[in-house]
Amino acid sequence: MTSVILQGLGKAFTLILTGDRGLIDITFRAITVSGLATILASCWSIPLGVSLGLGRFRGRRLLKGVFNSLMGVPAVAIGLLFYLILSRSGPLGGLQLLYTPAAIVLGQSALITPILVSLVAATVETVDPEVKRLALTLGASEMAANLTVLGESMGGILLSISASFNRAIAELGVALMVGGNIRGATRVLTTVIALETGRGAIPLGIALTVVLLGIVGVVNALIHIVQRWIQG
Amino acid sequence: MAFWYPSYWEFHQLKLLCTAVHIGLNSCYSCIRKLITICMVKHIGLKGSVGLKSNYTIVAAALIMTTFFAAYVAWPRAETRRLIVSTTTSLYDSGVIDVIEDAFEEENRVDLHFISVGTGLAIAHAKRGDADMILVHAPGMELEFLEEGYGVNRKIIAYNYFTIVGPPKDPAGIRGMDPIGAMETLVEMGRKEEATWVSRGDDSGTHSKEMELWNLIGLEASELFEEPWYFEAGTGMGKTLQIAEEKQGYTLADMGTYLKYGESGLLSLEVMVESGPSLINVYSVIAVNPDTVRDAEFEGSMTFIEFLASEEGQTLIGEYGLESYGMSLFKPAVELMEAESDPEVTQWIEEAAFFMGSECPPEYRRGDTGLYG
Repeated sequence: MTSVILQGLGKAFTLILTGDRGLIDITFRAITVSGLATILASCWSIPLGVSLGLGRFRGRRLLKGVFNSLMGVPAVAIGLLFYLILSRSGPLGGLQLLYTPAAIVLGQSALITPILVSLVAATVETVDPEVKRLALTLGASEMAANLTVLGESMGGILLSISASFNRAIAELGVALMVGGNIRGATRVLTTVIALETGRGAIPLGIALTVVLLGIVGVVNALIHIVQRWIQG
Repeated sequence: MAFWYPSYWEFHQLKLLCTAVHIGLNSCYSCIRKLITICMVKHIGLKGSVGLKSNYTIVAAALIMTTFFAAYVAWPRAETRRLIVSTTTSLYDSGVIDVIEDAFEEENRVDLHFISVGTGLAIAHAKRGDADMILVHAPGMELEFLEEGYGVNRKIIAYNYFTIVGPPKDPAGIRGMDPIGAMETLVEMGRKEEATWVSRGDDSGTHSKEMELWNLIGLEASELFEEPWYFEAGTGMGKTLQIAEEKQGYTLADMGTYLKYGESGLLSLEVMVESGPSLINVYSVIAVNPDTVRDAEFEGSMTFIEFLASEEGQTLIGEYGLESYGMSLFKPAVELMEAESDPEVTQWIEEAAFFMGSECPPEYRRGDTGLYG
């Protein structure tokens, strides 16, 4: 059995180094789909998180609690929900989105929304309101004072974006249920690792695991660099 | 060295993506910053300091951005005509589907999407409208599908044999026995804890055949899975073989997937029982009835069915595996039945998979197909 694993590893590196077409197709799609999902989810999650963190209204604690617990929703549950909604016999069936990358993007953005909202809210809460007043007393303009405060929380916001991207690219449930692992259309890293290995394509599975780890590492490093650049 | 040559659709999407990313990145950074600033300003209580106008601009910008991205993501890709085919894991796992897909897409402007699930689930998808045709191997369930009005134009396209595979040491001693005797012996040895059985357990064609075999010796599956030697994998053929391999147990597999798996060197399981009319495995296609299921892609389905039944399609099916394994994994059925070149096999197919004397009784045919002699 170990020889199979070693053989697999060997073939895996060959696939990566020669830029196997299937591998590139899958990797490109995974990054695109999860990236779009993160951007889309940020559009509504970050403002929501900021309001939730700084607002003072009744039920705020409850809402925060709800989002915190939604973070733990299993991906297959969201996948199943979206499958039922997007199925041709479901409410949004007319859009014919099932088994397309678009469906995976929508599903993943729903999956990562609670993470973004909760983390952004938590980050923004920790910024001391004195920071802004201090900046103003030191002669900063309105905008500059605001940006100072923003700089304080940017690290946390970038961290939440990074965490949600990681969650999106590494999840399997949504991609499987609404994507279907269709060759040339909806195969992403995780579905291939899970399903193609069941067909005996173990070297491809190992290669993709390595690639997935690589992507996660690179993206995190990039976000870290951006963070330092903003703060420094 | 493989070079990634984007296809027409991929290139188009790539163009859209680059535009989206370009616009997105430009507006993203400044927008998010402004948006956060404005939200924070409102809440830290210095509302008056920032003009109302810029508030609305920023919020508007955020809404536009969200709409833009949501629209890009959800915009229907009108150029590609998709045909969604629900197929069994046995066909999919053996790799023959990839070959057929490549050949068909070369000549036809139809994007084939294969979803691989067990036969039962494939039929459920088709009823819900999530598949335009099914490619399965469970005559019982197929007949129901036709009778309920969901399917039309059934065509038998290939056949092979199921086989009972097991560990090389063969603790139950069933090598070379006839199927019925083998099943009886397995039950006996299983109860003595000498052998284990792994069942598909996923409502698939293979699973139906297994149930049939148990029924033939007078047992019900529902009683069996209470017993400790009977395991339900609940998954596809490839995975089930992997599980049986780990447990060094026996299982029912179709020849195609078994050979394909054995090639990767992952299996030590060997063929124990492989002949007999009770082990014949007949694959057929059924198109989803557009009168019952709205939006079913009927024209595309018929084109694909005709392709599969044509000489080209049949040759592809018959040749698959010939080079690597010395025998075809799936045998073409159309010519066999038309020319009656092997009356014994034809009779077995008819017994196993014909309904009322025909592969597709006239009341379940739609349109002028030329598929039925």
